Amino acid sequence: MTTGRSTAVPSRAPAGSAERIWRVRGEADVPPALAALAPDTDTDADGDEAGPASTVTMTMTQALNQALRDAMAADERVLVLGEDVGRLGGVFRVTDGLLAAFGERRCLDTPLAEAGIVGFAVGLAMYGLRPVVELQFDAFAYPAFEQVVSHVAKLGARTAGRLRPAMVLRIPYGGGVGAVEHHSDSSEAYYAHTAGLKVVTPATVADAYSLLRDAIDDPDPVVFLEPKRLYWTRSPVDLPARAEPLGRAALRRAGRDVTVVTYGATVPVALEAAEAAAGRGWDVEVVDLRSIVPFDDGTVVASVRRTGRCVVLHEAQGFAGVGAEIAARVQERCFHSLAAPVLRVTGWDVPYPAPKLEHHHQPGVARILAAFERLQWDDEPDTRWLDPPGGRTS
Amino acid sequence: MTTEATGGLGQLVAGLLPSPSPIRFLDPAGEPVDEHGGYRPPSDELTVRAYEAMALVRRFDTQATALARQGRIAAFPSSSGQEACQAGAALALRPGDWLFPTYRDSGALLSRGVDPLEVLAPVRGHRHCGYDPLAHRCAPMSTPLATQAPHGTGLAVAARWKGTDEVALVLLGDGATSEGDFHEALNFAAVFRAPVVFLVQNNRYAISVPLSRQSAAPSLAYKGVGYGVRAEQVDGNDAVAVLAVLTEAVGHARAGLGPMLVEAHTYRMGPHTSSDDPGRYRDDDEVAMWRVRDPIERLRAYLRGRGLLGDAAEAAVAARAETLAAQVRAGVADDARVAPTEMFDHVYAAAPPVLAEQRAALLSELGADGEGAR
Repeated sequence: MTTGRSTAVPSRAPAGSAERIWRVRGEADVPPALAALAPDTDTDADGDEAGPASTVTMTMTQALNQALRDAMAADERVLVLGEDVGRLGGVFRVTDGLLAAFGERRCLDTPLAEAGIVGFAVGLAMYGLRPVVELQFDAFAYPAFEQVVSHVAKLGARTAGRLRPAMVLRIPYGGGVGAVEHHSDSSEAYYAHTAGLKVVTPATVADAYSLLRDAIDDPDPVVFLEPKRLYWTRSPVDLPARAEPLGRAALRRAGRDVTVVTYGATVPVALEAAEAAAGRGWDVEVVDLRSIVPFDDGTVVASVRRTGRCVVLHEAQGFAGVGAEIAARVQERCFHSLAAPVLRVTGWDVPYPAPKLEHHHQPGVARILAAFERLQWDDEPDTRWLDPPGGRTS
Repeated sequence: MTTEATGGLGQLVAGLLPSPSPIRFLDPAGEPVDEHGGYRPPSDELTVRAYEAMALVRRFDTQATALARQGRIAAFPSSSGQEACQAGAALALRPGDWLFPTYRDSGALLSRGVDPLEVLAPVRGHRHCGYDPLAHRCAPMSTPLATQAPHGTGLAVAARWKGTDEVALVLLGDGATSEGDFHEALNFAAVFRAPVVFLVQNNRYAISVPLSRQSAAPSLAYKGVGYGVRAEQVDGNDAVAVLAVLTEAVGHARAGLGPMLVEAHTYRMGPHTSSDDPGRYRDDDEVAMWRVRDPIERLRAYLRGRGLLGDAAEAAVAARAETLAAQVRAGVADDARVAPTEMFDHVYAAAPPVLAEQRAALLSELGADGEGAR
């Protein structure tokens, strides 16, 4: 030291973001339509006493919290970081109690800067840590897009595997919770289109736990999309629930007539539609992808070849969405088994609408049943596209 | 620590601000000047090593530029004129430290001991990064601007948490200081007291856009104070000053005193890359003005004046430079082959079924005998 200057930097509180914490729904607000996968048989309180292989009833947020807790206890390289993850426990309380249990180096409140958070986490991962980043909301993850696409996704390939950033980006996504704008995007297509990322999303409480544990253990970077409107679903689960390796779809309902391929928040919607369709004589099979990347062609193809009909369902807008990829893959692989075109049921191609309109945007049972009707049950061709809106281009 | 405890806000600010003019030990003729701001000069041994490293960087640079003109490599972003910063960045670090270079920092990689042909891999066209970043503790050269700055910050914090005294040195240009990632990295570095040094090589142009269009700051080093990051500015063409300031900065970080921002005033003598035409945006007079400030000539005059560099030593350095150039020419001529299927090999730790299928499809395109697999 030759300049004799003071080098002290004042300590400062972590940047807060109170204005971005909108309301967190209470459990009483859970839409009854979600009951299909989450029978509320809860008799005890929370999942906090979850021991090995014990059955407890918990919400999806509690399952995610337990997964983080168990992963952090199992591996000291695992740490969580993001905005408000520390003292607040996350705006959805997914990181509740982790600061107290593991200390600040394992549960780190960061400045409010998403590119910085992800870039910083890349550096942590380069040094061998296993960061689990919370990006507070779907649309607030966009500032980090360059870091995700150009670095998180590519670093392993750029360095012949020498610097593969094993990290998880947790992103609450999707609508259905009455949120103000920029809090309801379904952004999975951006990530699924980016080679080098894995993209998973749970639809059940048990999967929330097991998929997050798998994502944290995975050697590749994983975008872990948490469907906000399923956060408060409750279900009994056996912990630690560790199911299949990451990348396997799950058959949620067996049926003979039509396969619905979906993931995340629309899995319960598909099951509800399947019940309604049963009354009309259609026996519906529901495939929950769980993992968008890697994509489980085997489970999807086997199902569609059995049923001969396929409807792809998601909440995100349809154009150039994940459903387009699924429909193309099914058509390529199942053409000779198909009795009808593969149809997509999705949100409209609009920016996510205002809260009072969102139920008109989200695909529900009626939109799904309307698609079922068009599956050429009587061998009648679907005439819907013969006179498309906007007229013909002569 | 409160501001009261450090004697008030004014004193705190004074401790962060850079010197009002760039630190200099040598004038352009290599004569010592008293503008060193109290920084300790590097040892004679380190200064002589810097001269050799700079000469090698210059020769490597002219060779690679020639190969780019001949179309033997795709392009080359020359760092000619910035050799004091290139060599200085590498020589200020210990082997256990980490370097985060950009695409213009071939010279820093070379000076850190990375194989010249591995450095050139991206422009030779067979790999995005030719060297093992873990073996050399050098991140891949960053082509997006400033995105490596938060990486260096995160890595430095992880190293500190582990209890090591390792330091990360992030290289940036003047254009990169306009990027959001620069801001976020400095902010994170200060908040988490990361042992990281940000070296901004202010070479006055971002391709064609001059410094005046990047920033209205008094100088780029003044950006540090707003983050609580200690900053300094240095004559980037004075190798003695660069070594003195970077050694101090790295020591500051290593001692756990937090990050430091160093702005080195220099000049990009060549085009942005071999594909650029600087005649469209700057005058020959300006280039000529900087030519007389050449960092290698300045250091050479200083060393010879002090009797630290004789004819024999200079000839030995020149010979090593020619050997390096010949190695580069021969290596580039020996066309690097890479299996086409390598593009699938490291996307994921284990190829998912989709990529395994596509790999097989490419192999099929190449023919069953693998002909064309080059």
